[in-house]
Amino acid sequence: MSNKVVQAMYNDDDILMDAVKEVRAANYHIEEVYTPFPVHGLDKAMGLKGTRIAITAFMYGCVGLVFSVWMMNYMMIEQWPQDIGGKPSFAFVQNMPAFVPIMFEMTVFFAAHLMVITFYMRSRLWPFKEAENPDPRTTDDMFVMEVIVDGNEAELIAFLEKTGTVEIKVTEKH
Amino acid sequence: MSSHYEAPIRRPLIDGDKSYHDISVDVAAPVEGKAIKLWWIAFSIALTAFLWGIGCIVYTIGTGIGVWGLNKTVGWAWDITNFVWWVGIGHAGTLISAVLLLFRQKWRMGINRSAEAMTIFSVIQAGLFPVIHMGRVWNAHFVLPLPNQFGTLWTNFNSPLLWDVFAISTYLSVSLVFWWTGLLPDFAMLRDRAIRPFQKKIYGLLSFGWTGRAKDWQRFEEVSLVLAGLATPLVLSVHTIVSFDFATSVIPGWHTTIFPPYFVAGAVFSGFAMVNTLLIIMRKVSNLEAYITEQHIELMNIVIMITGSIVGCAYITELFIAWYSGVEYEQYAFLNRATGPYWWAYLFMMSCNVFSPQFMWFKRLRTSITFSFIISIVVNIGMWFERFVIIVTSLHRDYLPSSWTMFSPTFVDIGIFIGTIGFFFVLFLLYARTFPVIAQAEVKSILKASGEKYKKLRDGNHE
Repeated sequence: MSNKVVQAMYNDDDILMDAVKEVRAANYHIEEVYTPFPVHGLDKAMGLKGTRIAITAFMYGCVGLVFSVWMMNYMMIEQWPQDIGGKPSFAFVQNMPAFVPIMFEMTVFFAAHLMVITFYMRSRLWPFKEAENPDPRTTDDMFVMEVIVDGNEAELIAFLEKTGTVEIKVTEKH
Repeated sequence: MSSHYEAPIRRPLIDGDKSYHDISVDVAAPVEGKAIKLWWIAFSIALTAFLWGIGCIVYTIGTGIGVWGLNKTVGWAWDITNFVWWVGIGHAGTLISAVLLLFRQKWRMGINRSAEAMTIFSVIQAGLFPVIHMGRVWNAHFVLPLPNQFGTLWTNFNSPLLWDVFAISTYLSVSLVFWWTGLLPDFAMLRDRAIRPFQKKIYGLLSFGWTGRAKDWQRFEEVSLVLAGLATPLVLSVHTIVSFDFATSVIPGWHTTIFPPYFVAGAVFSGFAMVNTLLIIMRKVSNLEAYITEQHIELMNIVIMITGSIVGCAYITELFIAWYSGVEYEQYAFLNRATGPYWWAYLFMMSCNVFSPQFMWFKRLRTSITFSFIISIVVNIGMWFERFVIIVTSLHRDYLPSSWTMFSPTFVDIGIFIGTIGFFFVLFLLYARTFPVIAQAEVKSILKASGEKYKKLRDGNHE
């Protein structure tokens, strides 16, 4: 199968949205859409599945909570119980109210950081990563839709030209 | 166009005839252009203050905490006042970026970037004070529960001071990733506009290779929403825990259950004032008046008015409860606060924090840029005095009248405080010249709904 894609450029988000719907209706496969800002409803129009990153955040938060409970129980109750200010730490349940602030902070710490790291990994974002947008204008005011060439290239281009595109480029995708 | 509908009664958030490209150009202009003379003057002053502060810190560490004005009765004063003041200022950034996001307030988009920058820079200043106050700064890592050669020597998790360590470090680091994640698309815009290879390299590095794929945007929006949901209780918890430093003690005047909400309201109050101080200047100097409009300033003034009134209620509740409790020590602590030798600080606090924001009931005053700027400075002074009043007046006359004393700062105390103000402005001025100071990607996403041009097109020109 060829890796040929047609990159159709649009200068307006509303025209892009209509074009995405038309291309999908005509059974062409949209490889990718690059936009300079979040276009609401684009993911649904493209048929992208919802992201599960919020679920991971919940799980990371649970890990943080469990970790903080384990840590404070080990340090304050098990390994070296002390009588601090007349409030002895000999049982976790009795000491627990004083641990609530840190249990909360650790939950947030784990949820936030691990979720962001997951996002950076999944979306391939890190320092020294080369940008892969097809045109520098896609971070300014241009929108690019990449459609895979599967069959008649000329027909696809003719079709895309009717969707309000301002520029069309055929290129090899790696 | 219909998908961008917004009620005609809402005033535009982006003034003028702006297109998507205009937004890029306007946001990139301060970064791509040369610094004006005013910037260099402000930067030199800030840098001098910062260096003076470093000198005072070095002197303190080299000689000992004895060079401060603290004494055996007043063991917390200037440094903790500054700590709480800076943390409080930081809170507005998270309020704007997280709470207003959850409430779907579009006006946050013009100001959230700078407000978050302010958060990070001021929390850095705040963190300096407890660290220096430790005395032996080189042992600062002892506040973390790190394995050590003593085996069982751990930190005390019952202590509010340790809660503070966890709260502040979580807050600083989460704010930083929240800020940076939002910055990625805007750094990418600067990268793709950059002409000089050095700039292209730097912004390429900072943007983490952001490309703006549809899937990335989907994740980006979800991550922003979840981070906002996490940061909202976090920011409330941080100042709650800061107030626990006082509220869990048994000092009359500190041992108060009202402290957590009262401190949080005070933090929002002072933080919004600082946002106003910074943005009123920045919008002018960086030509961003179309994005940080008079409406933004007015809305922030309303927040200042409301939180100022909440703080006022808290002051009066404290007085009432002290009287109503029937506890002599409690009653004396508050009587001494208002009429004792520090009456002038109390008066400063009351007039700056409770009285001055009430002017904002008048539309003419809250839409006046000059007046807003003056009030923002007044509020910041008032909130500094609030912390001074709470801390020093509760301590200086303790249970034992023979140890009653006064606190006066030394030049070192004052120098470190001025130094942190200098450091804060050094960071903010550098930020204003190198960072996209407006979340341009987000602003673009509301242009068709809230831009003046599009609103007129849609609603018909009634003016």
